[in-house]
Amino acid sequence: MLLIRYRGSEGMVAWAFHRISGIAIWAFVLLHVFDIYLSGSDPSVYNDLLSFYASPIGRVLEVLLGGALLYHALNGIRILLMDFWPRLTAYHKQIWYANWAIFVGVGLPAAFVILKPIFGL
Amino acid sequence: MSLYSRSGRPRPQSGGFELAAWYYMRLSGVALFVLALLHFSVMHFVFDPSQEKAGFIDARWSDVLIRTFDWLFLVIVLSHAFLGIRTVTKDYLRGGRRTLALTALYLLGIVVFVMGTMVVMTANIPSVQ
Repeated sequence: MLLIRYRGSEGMVAWAFHRISGIAIWAFVLLHVFDIYLSGSDPSVYNDLLSFYASPIGRVLEVLLGGALLYHALNGIRILLMDFWPRLTAYHKQIWYANWAIFVGVGLPAAFVILKPIFGL
Repeated sequence: MSLYSRSGRPRPQSGGFELAAWYYMRLSGVALFVLALLHFSVMHFVFDPSQEKAGFIDARWSDVLIRTFDWLFLVIVLSHAFLGIRTVTKDYLRGGRRTLALTALYLLGIVVFVMGTMVVMTANIPSVQ
């Protein structure tokens, strides 16, 4: 509701997505350290968890994780460019749209590779 | 450089730890652009999660160089992630709640760092079928 009503421009949405994706990746990193820790202490529990990662639901979640990671990485470069070359701030929208072009161009084939075992490909 | 920023957090004018952390987020961000995307790609495009049971980690960590690399990656990821959550926490909480949340965050960070370091340095994974 807030996102629909608030007429923030690209810069505000870019910032919000950066924050949301960052928190999501942080949460996954916690899970990931715990699961790898399990592989050292209780490998059979770890193997069960890995079966979930390889399941259809697990793969959909990995696509979301990869999307968060790719967005955060690309927008992070956008932030760097503007922080260290302030004149580029004038083009912050264009850089954001370029990010989305790369996001779609790289992300769609990547999502296909991760999801294709679900369809037996 | 102006205080106003359309991009990320404005560069702290105070100097000291806050300024160092600001630069560190950008430096580690560049490193993670390569390391995190590479790690994700290797684990999903070179290999597949269906192949990555405990034996996979055992084989991967038979090389001490890979263990060292993974530990450095862990250090950079955790420092970048926890510094980021610290910024978010300080944006939304004030006073006692902030102190409480930050204390919990730092404790969690230490626990996760110790667990990750223990497993990457000492794991001797027993073989399961």
